[in-house]
Amino acid sequence: MRYNERELLSLARQPAEKAAEILMRLPKKGSVLKKRLVKLVVNFLFYFRTDEAEPIGALLLEHCRIAKEEENVFSISFIEEPERKYCFECDSEEQCREWIEALKRASYEFMRRSLIFYRNEIQKMTGK
Amino acid sequence: MKLNERSVAHYATCDSPTDHAGFLRKRVERHHHHAHHHHATSYQRRWFVLKGNLLFYFEERESREPMGLVVLEGCTVELCEAAEEFAFAIRFDDAGARAYVLVADGQAAMEAWVKAISRASFDYMRLVVRELEKQLEEACKSLAACRNSPRRSSSSGRKRHLSNPALQPLQEKPTVLENGYSTWGSGGGVSGGATCPDRDGGHAKPPPLPPRRRSAAGSAAMSPAMPESPVSPDTACFSKLHSWYGQEIVVLRREWQERQKRGHP
Repeated sequence: MRYNERELLSLARQPAEKAAEILMRLPKKGSVLKKRLVKLVVNFLFYFRTDEAEPIGALLLEHCRIAKEEENVFSISFIEEPERKYCFECDSEEQCREWIEALKRASYEFMRRSLIFYRNEIQKMTGK
Repeated sequence: MKLNERSVAHYATCDSPTDHAGFLRKRVERHHHHAHHHHATSYQRRWFVLKGNLLFYFEERESREPMGLVVLEGCTVELCEAAEEFAFAIRFDDAGARAYVLVADGQAAMEAWVKAISRASFDYMRLVVRELEKQLEEACKSLAACRNSPRRSSSSGRKRHLSNPALQPLQEKPTVLENGYSTWGSGGGVSGGATCPDRDGGHAKPPPLPPRRRSAAGSAAMSPAMPESPVSPDTACFSKLHSWYGQEIVVLRREWQERQKRGHP
């Protein structure tokens, strides 16, 4: 599948909603935790080798599941492959919770549902 | 740079809401090896699907997988009459980046596409949601003021209803717990400004609200939900509601399962 990588790389340089150095493990078998700069921009999560300007990879955060794993650890997996997990080990439970909350809100679909909800609520309340 | 392409392709073809779809002719970009060759511009007809800030294109309407994706965040879209009639171009800030030139079937189609794409950014959606969030707050406030009972928000009835598991019929539980998994409200396309399918006949309860970013409860918004009741009129804190509802569902489900085991209907 082709995509405009250039624009995605440009997006990775935009101000982030959230960014931190976190230990990350890919879903590949035998993968180990590696320190990465993880950056949330709109509905993409970019991950960089620390001190590199260009991300190694990007995850589109639609139809994904953000789950708490063991202590300080959360995972991202995708609806069609729920066993393939990207794992992230944070420095603290608090950091872990913050990332989980931020990532859950980071999809366009989530915002769409919020929009519908708010419109409904306003309509119910004001009749408009 | 790697991208979770399989998941992206799956998202493209699943039944989540589509903001716009249709045939467009896409200008084929060729490498010009020889400057003196005169290359005729050619176009390929593709099936385009717009979902959020992502524009997918398929070789055919029935194709199972997208051929390509244009991430639209940060783009501008403009008419492009010089190329062809009903042509428009998607451009990005990066001066060196190529533009995507697309040709619609007619004036109306072109206008619809331009409109849809110009609204397709995540940032724009976020603005709209925040605006509505504010409006809801104001509506709540003015309603509360009218009733002269500041402790009860106008929606406290619904919230109270939810907080008593015995009162809530099971089919009302929202299926939303995880990012994008919901089947709530996603049957059929929801176009960029349309009203949602109104499922409020006592069925799908509202999904969580987005978080307040810079509210007085700002720090609280980031902490986990202690299962405090969302009855408080101040709880516009989305992540709290989200977590609270999630726990509510877990409790309900467990209770239901236990009842099943005991042989109750």
